[in-house]
Amino acid sequence: MTIQTHNPQEYQGIWVWVEQEGGRAHPVAWELLGQGRKIADALGAPLAAVVMGAGVAGLAQEAISYGADTAYLADDATLEPFRLEPYAALLVRLVREHKPAVLLLGATTRGRDLSAAAAADLETGLAADCTGLSVEPGTGKVHFVRPAMGGSVLLTIITANQRPQIGSIRPRVFELPAATAGRTGQIVPVAAALAAADIPTQVLEVLREEGGVNLTAAKVIVAGGRGVGGPDGFKPLQELADLLGGAVGASRSAVDQGWIAYPHQVGQTGVTVRPDLYIAAGISGAIQHAAGMRGSRYIVAINKDAEAPIFSFADLGIVGDLKAIIPALTQALRSKM
Amino acid sequence: MNAIVCIKQVPDTEAPVKVQGGQLALAGMPTMLNAFDEYAIEEALLLREKFGGKVTALCMGPAEAAEALKKALAMGADEAVLLSDPAFEGADPWATAYTLAAAIRKIGAYDIVLLGKQSTDGTSASVGPAVARFLGLPALTYVFKVREADFNGLKITVERLLEGRREVVAGRLPAVVAVVKDINQPRYPTLLGIRKASKAVIPTWGAADLAAAGANAAGFGRAGAPSVVAAVDYPPPRAGKVELLPGATPEEQAALLADRLLGLKVL
Repeated sequence: MTIQTHNPQEYQGIWVWVEQEGGRAHPVAWELLGQGRKIADALGAPLAAVVMGAGVAGLAQEAISYGADTAYLADDATLEPFRLEPYAALLVRLVREHKPAVLLLGATTRGRDLSAAAAADLETGLAADCTGLSVEPGTGKVHFVRPAMGGSVLLTIITANQRPQIGSIRPRVFELPAATAGRTGQIVPVAAALAAADIPTQVLEVLREEGGVNLTAAKVIVAGGRGVGGPDGFKPLQELADLLGGAVGASRSAVDQGWIAYPHQVGQTGVTVRPDLYIAAGISGAIQHAAGMRGSRYIVAINKDAEAPIFSFADLGIVGDLKAIIPALTQALRSKM
Repeated sequence: MNAIVCIKQVPDTEAPVKVQGGQLALAGMPTMLNAFDEYAIEEALLLREKFGGKVTALCMGPAEAAEALKKALAMGADEAVLLSDPAFEGADPWATAYTLAAAIRKIGAYDIVLLGKQSTDGTSASVGPAVARFLGLPALTYVFKVREADFNGLKITVERLLEGRREVVAGRLPAVVAVVKDINQPRYPTLLGIRKASKAVIPTWGAADLAAAGANAAGFGRAGAPSVVAAVDYPPPRAGKVELLPGATPEEQAALLADRLLGLKVL
């Protein structure tokens, strides 16, 4: 019993929200279209993309090249930059009109807000921040898999009767598919749902200076903890990260000591990351930190303490002093790369 | 300035998590106030210090969740309300937000609703925006600074911490504001505060109270939850065991590591 009961039979197809900024799509949108295509083919259902913004017509065609059969295109000045209220109002209206069975969004800050708002309005279930999903072939029921309790457990979430089944999926869970140039599909222009005067927020400024680190998009993260010893101790980590085209992360204790700013914090009260390579330097690997980086593809731990918990789940470890090893590693890589 | 702060009592993040019969075995786990909510309480107290008014803490959970409210009172909140009823059990984030929004409506006079960006147990980060939708208010999420607030002109300007950038946003009040860590330094409860909180009688509202105030009881708890947790598993262990690199000096260790990293093909 919910307040308004849906009839799942009336809902069909997979939808993917194409997050974009300044006309460039977030890679997670294409990752989800790639996965959405596979699900749609398995179910014999259509795949649609929802593109919202201003000056984003090219993205609708791009979404088709990544596998969408249909792209709903809302090109309107009120939709740039992203604001939750006009985006949610339009997405909800489109869902009510077209009744998709599944709606997938990237689990970015925007995607998490938008998915929550849409689920609230539509009175349906949301599986947030998922790391996997599978679909029952007969019923089309989606099993969303997501970590909870600091990554200690994986929950399988099902929205049994309400539709659409909404999931926000972390970036880099699914492979980036190859685009097919010249693939054809239908582009359906749609109007914005809210007039400018009815939008209750206004983006005044976007600041990208200090604290502008984007750990969730980083392929390589060099992270430091208590063993780094102080703010200056992060400089060699930054040099290594720069060489590797990566970003600098930190444990909570390093942030709490004031050695590095909060946007660098990885873990339960920081951000969750899934880089290809995570180098943990002077980080003990307490469960709160592990919660944020366990999903990394390859973990290297450097720690003086051979008993540090980080060695229980790292792939490669060095028992030693990071202050000597990190600069030596940077030098060795520089001579070999 | 009347602020309502939604808080949650969560399992202690240091405690081991057990799975029994395909579901979480939460009974008997030590609990704590959700870390992010402490920042929301502190922000409400800072606003009250500046603008006057009242801070009300609101928590849904079993009777023991009153502990979270006592902590909020000890920190300085003026009032607390516990939402506790077997009918609220089994709520998913949708039903949780629906119930909290119903209680916020019943409390009535408010200018701002604050909460942590997410709970450390559920981590869906969806309750804040969902509460905003149910109340028809703007949602300002991932807020790490309140730049200006004008409770007469009903305007607020905040900085939001997003991926690789901060966004300065102006919004209408009342609004729902979900805060990140680092927005402030939560105060420790004073001894006087703790003593006062321990004596406080916290009103408990159930499904009937919220229904009488206009909520639809079909939206509460397990019955109102559109989503269910079908299974709980331990994550698969990371493959293999750590391989410790040899090397007598840092240079030797670094050279071995450099070769291995270059062999990974991720660089």
